This record gives sequence, C-alpha cells and structure tokens, in this order.
Amino acid sequence: MIAGQLVTAAHGAVVAAAEETPNPLLPETYDIVWSLFIVVVLGFVFLKYALPKIQAVLDERTEKIEGGLALAESAQAEAQAALAEYQQQLQDARTEAARIREEARNEGAAIVAESRTRAQAEAARIVENAQRQIEAERQQASVSLRTEVGALATELASKIVGESLEDEVRRSRVVDRFLDDLEASTAGAAADAGKGN
Amino acid sequence: MLFEGTPFEINRIMIVRFIAAAVAILVIVVAARRAKLVPGRFQVVVEMVLDFCRRQIAVETLGEKLGNKYAPIITTIFFTIFFFNITGVVPFLNIAGTSVIGLPLIFALWVFFLYIGAAVKKLGVGGFLKGALFPAGVPKGLYVLLTPVEFLQVFLLRPATLTIRLFANMMAGHLLLALCFAATSFFFFEAANGMKVLGVVTLAGGFAFFLLEIFVAALQAYVFAILTAVYLQMVLEPEH
Repeated sequence: MIAGQLVTAAHGAVVAAAEETPNPLLPETYDIVWSLFIVVVLGFVFLKYALPKIQAVLDERTEKIEGGLALAESAQAEAQAALAEYQQQLQDARTEAARIREEARNEGAAIVAESRTRAQAEAARIVENAQRQIEAERQQASVSLRTEVGALATELASKIVGESLEDEVRRSRVVDRFLDDLEASTAGAAADAGKGN
Repeated sequence: MLFEGTPFEINRIMIVRFIAAAVAILVIVVAARRAKLVPGRFQVVVEMVLDFCRRQIAVETLGEKLGNKYAPIITTIFFTIFFFNITGVVPFLNIAGTSVIGLPLIFALWVFFLYIGAAVKKLGVGGFLKGALFPAGVPKGLYVLLTPVEFLQVFLLRPATLTIRLFANMMAGHLLLALCFAATSFFFFEAANGMKVLGVVTLAGGFAFFLLEIFVAALQAYVFAILTAVYLQMVLEPEH
C-alpha cells in the first residue's frame, strides 16, 4: 500500500520530467535556439573580452615579478662586483704601501751606507792631508836645519881648523859629508832602537 | 511560457539558463574589470580557477604551446558548464541548465567543430583524415577493422558521448533529488504516522545527493573540459 503510493509518487515525478521533454535525446527547436544564443554570447564575452583582459593582467604581473627578480639579481651582481673591486683596490693599496715602505727602507739603508762611505773618504782625505802637511813641514824643517847646521858647523870648523872654509864648494862638500855621517849614525841608532823594541 | 510553440519558446529551464549565463558573465566581467596587478580576494579565487584550467587541463594535456593557445576556449567551457550545472542545486532554480539536451549538444558541437577545424588548419584535410582514421604503427590489414571504428569515434561518438554524458548526468541528478524530496514530502505529510520516520531516511538521502550533485557539477564540467583538450591533442598530434 505504502510502497504502492511511493511508486506512484516516484512515477509522478518521472512522468512529470518525461512530459516536459517527451524524448529527452531529441532536442526541441527552441532548446537549440536558446542554447546556441547563450553559448555564442558567453563565448563572445569570455573569449573576446574577459579572458584576454585577465590574462593581460596576469602576464603583466609575471613580467613585473620577473623584472623585479632580474633587477634584484643585477643589483646584487653589481654590488658583488663593486665589493670585489673595492677589495682588489684595498689589496693593491696594501701592496703599494708595502712596496713603498720597502723602498724607503732600502733607500734609507743606501743613504746611510753612502754617508758612511763619504765620511770615511773624507776622514781618509783629512788624514792624508795632515800626513802630507806633516811631511812637507818635516822636509822644510830638514832643509832649514841642514842650512843652519851647515853654517854653524862650518863656522865652528873654521875656528877649530883655522882654515877658512869660505870657499863655497868645499864648504858644501864638508857639510854634506858631515850630515851624511850624521844621518847614517842616526839611522843606525833608529834601527837599533827598532830592534830593541 | 513565453512564445509558446515558436522556436523562441522560453520555459523554466531556459530562464534558469539565462540566469546562469548572466551570473557567469557577471562574475567574469567583474573579475576582468577589477583585474589588478595586486589581486584582491575575489580576483584570487577567479584566477585560481582560470589557472587551474590553463595548467591542470590545457597545458597538462596539450603541452605548453598548444595548451596556451587553446586555454581560453577550454577555460570558457569549464567555467560556463560549471555555472549551468550548479543551478541544479541552487534553491529556487533547482534544475541544471545542462539537464536538457540542447545546451550540452551545442557545447559538444562547438568542441567537435573546434577540433575538426584545428586539425584541418594544421594538417590539411588529407593529413587530418590520415592521422585520425589511419593511426600509425598498426599493421596494414588491421585498418579494415580500425578505420571504420576511428571514423565513428571522430565524427559521431566523441561529440555524442560528450553530449549524453553531461546531459544524462545532470538529468539523473535532478531526478534523484526530485525523487528524494518528493518521497520525503509524501512520508511527512501524507503517509500513515508509523511511516513518517521513513521521511527522515529519504531526507537524509536527499541531503547526501544534494552534496553529491555539487561535486558532480564540478566533475562534469572538468570532464567536459579535459575531454576537449584530449580530443584536440588526439587530432593535432596523431603520431602520439
């Protein structure tokens, strides 16, 4: 009874649906007409207006993001290059400073060495000059001594011998012989003294 | 009913279709108008659907180049069919716009002419027929069997199955819901007292089918869209 009512109700629903479209697989003309109309309108709006516009915005966004990424990347690369360059410059500067320091040290050493050489040369020159002067003075003293001693000796000898030694030649010979003897004896004494030492 | 008996007759289902189409147009036009570089919530949701169509359906099936070329059509098909399907569970509309055969048929014919046109344009009539009817890598003798089958496939079965799958699913869903709710109404208001409890069962069943219909609406739109992509792929690159 209830089952029968249920079946009737269900049947009613199905029949109602079936009555709307007698054969659901065969479309009514108006169905086709309106479907076509709707699909054409939808297709037009979607394909000609809405989707291209949205896609353009999406593409623009992608482009912006990619552009931003590329920009950031290039900026980073630039910064890295700048850093590398800066470090290179720093390194160069350090090397340069070290080089200059080394050079200065070498130069200083050279200057010191040169001054030392010059001072030594100067000292040597002064010593030589002094020796030369001493030698010259010694010579001069020796000459003047020889003259004076000659005159004195001649005079003494004249007095002792009574013989005039006025004659120049003779006098000179006598004096020379005397001095030679004197020198020889002095040299011998000096040699003995050297040996004694 | 308006214009009854003419080719422009407007009944309840036609009105439901108009409403669904109007809502679909409203959504997409508003999305397009307000489309900004930095999207709001509404735009994100619409873009998610469009992106799903482009990547998961078009590019996934057709590859990068063809996928991007046909993505707008596939997107339109998915988007609009979903709106026509979902009216089946919208209160006061209560019937899917695709549950009468006209609309699924028009969509299927669109796809049919789309893939025939695309294949002829790309391969020429001869190339298209050869690729579609004489699949490569098959012994020559088998063409006796294969070619008629392929012919039926390309020129009849593909559009027919597209139409009937969509239409039958939506109509069956509508009948199921109508049956469940009609039975519930019967048990609650007309059956004997002891039987009223059965109404709870049918109501629960109706609720379950309601949820199922939401899923089916999306699923059938997806199936239609992905088959569009697959059919395009089959005729455009027959060597695969």
